[in-house]
Amino acid sequence: MFQPTAYAKPLPVPDPESTPFWDGMREGHLMLQRSSAGEYLFPPVTFSPGSLERPEWMEASGKGTVFSWIVVRHPVPRDVYADEVPYVVALIALEEGCRMTGNLVDIAPEDVRAGMPVEIVYNRVTPEITLPAFRPAKG
Amino acid sequence: MYKLRDKYAITGIGNTEYSKFSGRTVRSLATEACLKAIEDAGLTVGDIDGIVSFNFNDSAPAIGVATEMGIENAGYAVDYAAGGNGANLITLAAAAAIEAGLAKNVVCFRAMNGRSGFRLGGGRDMSAYGVTQYTAPLGWITYPQAMAMWARRHMIDYGTTEEHWAEIATTFRANAVRNERAMQRTPMSKDDYYNSRFIVDPFRMYDICLESDGACAVVITAAEHARDLRHKPVYIMGGAYGGGPTQGDDLFDAIRWPSHSHNCFKYLADDLWGSAGIGPKDVDVAEIYDCFTYSVLMALEGLGFCKEGEGGPFVMDGRIAPGGELPLNTHGGLLSEAYIHGFNHVIEAVEQLRGTAGVRQVEGAEIALTTAGAMTCGSAMILRN
Repeated sequence: MFQPTAYAKPLPVPDPESTPFWDGMREGHLMLQRSSAGEYLFPPVTFSPGSLERPEWMEASGKGTVFSWIVVRHPVPRDVYADEVPYVVALIALEEGCRMTGNLVDIAPEDVRAGMPVEIVYNRVTPEITLPAFRPAKG
Repeated sequence: MYKLRDKYAITGIGNTEYSKFSGRTVRSLATEACLKAIEDAGLTVGDIDGIVSFNFNDSAPAIGVATEMGIENAGYAVDYAAGGNGANLITLAAAAAIEAGLAKNVVCFRAMNGRSGFRLGGGRDMSAYGVTQYTAPLGWITYPQAMAMWARRHMIDYGTTEEHWAEIATTFRANAVRNERAMQRTPMSKDDYYNSRFIVDPFRMYDICLESDGACAVVITAAEHARDLRHKPVYIMGGAYGGGPTQGDDLFDAIRWPSHSHNCFKYLADDLWGSAGIGPKDVDVAEIYDCFTYSVLMALEGLGFCKEGEGGPFVMDGRIAPGGELPLNTHGGLLSEAYIHGFNHVIEAVEQLRGTAGVRQVEGAEIALTTAGAMTCGSAMILRN
């Protein structure tokens, strides 16, 4: 049956490594792993780099700065993104020291600058999935 | 490090027409390129006992091509799961296989219906597994989108501008205009470049390579046999493949990459030059993997033709044009000749070293560089005549 409200964009398929991250997103918490050496990790992994130690999950601040970004103007696939362009995808340098991905929202694409402070926004797209987004930090 | 300096040679080259619609199976494209390369070498199918290719699940398996060609006993038939990094990797692997006694003459190919069939630059599965679960759901899906993120960082770190990319795009187009194999032979001015639409900032349409149907193949032979064949041998002086500490699951897995202002070539440069026993100043002509304009800068910087961050100024003022200090992509590259995943660069390098590149010939070219790859892993070769 045709469902006009069905979410048509790609959805993450959580796996044993990423489930705590996506569970956290759904509940409004940014969960990151920290290795025994104190290094924060993203994307999630099973083992700390170069070892068989399991990193521990910690709640992160959700604050960071813009490391790099793109402005998508040509939609691919067209039927999915035609109404979304232009949109911004960024790599964010988190306060904790690692980088993560997210859309940049509440800002015009031409106003984005390298190094600008941002904070996380929880973009709920389905009952199960909330995607990370970032907006200019307040104050 | 590759230790087979000058022991193996490219003795034959072959390619199909490059088009937007081949109307043929990928296997038949591969077979055509391979048979042409074997004939070009002055060999017959009966002399070939090894076949190597690379693909993204978008090609014909080496054993299928061996069967169609009628190879009696393909004792060494291997498909590498590789992308832009593969073109030189498989050629070096062919030499290694012969050295190990696994084969005598190996044909290497890349074949794809890259425009009419599976489009590498297009969308992906709408279910995002593995590392793509942190990228595709954000609308970060295609290779132009992936590499635009790196390019922006180079601009941030070093003030690289679109002026530098315009120079690369228009120089390569001018080369393609003089190349009868090229898909894009319409001259491109700087204005044409600046007027092309943005696809994904900071990339315009003309920063992004073509999509092509076609195939390229080369034959690898031991040097002592190569000298008896039809053409002047083109010797493999050296080569390297690999990348840095976080090559990752796939080309999108670069979130952890140390600095997006350099790519794999910084990490393989020492092995490349060391294996060949030469340095950047000895190169007469270079065919650089140019899936995007910016990736040319990353290769030039990483391999030490200039310092990191100085690639932009380096490509200006005719230095990379015919007659310049370092002529680049004399065939037009992936940007304007065709996108055969970097294998067309190897074909052009061989033509330059044979002295058969016609109006594109770099006068007195003796040493050529070919590269493949643009992000976390890649491969490169030094060839000589």
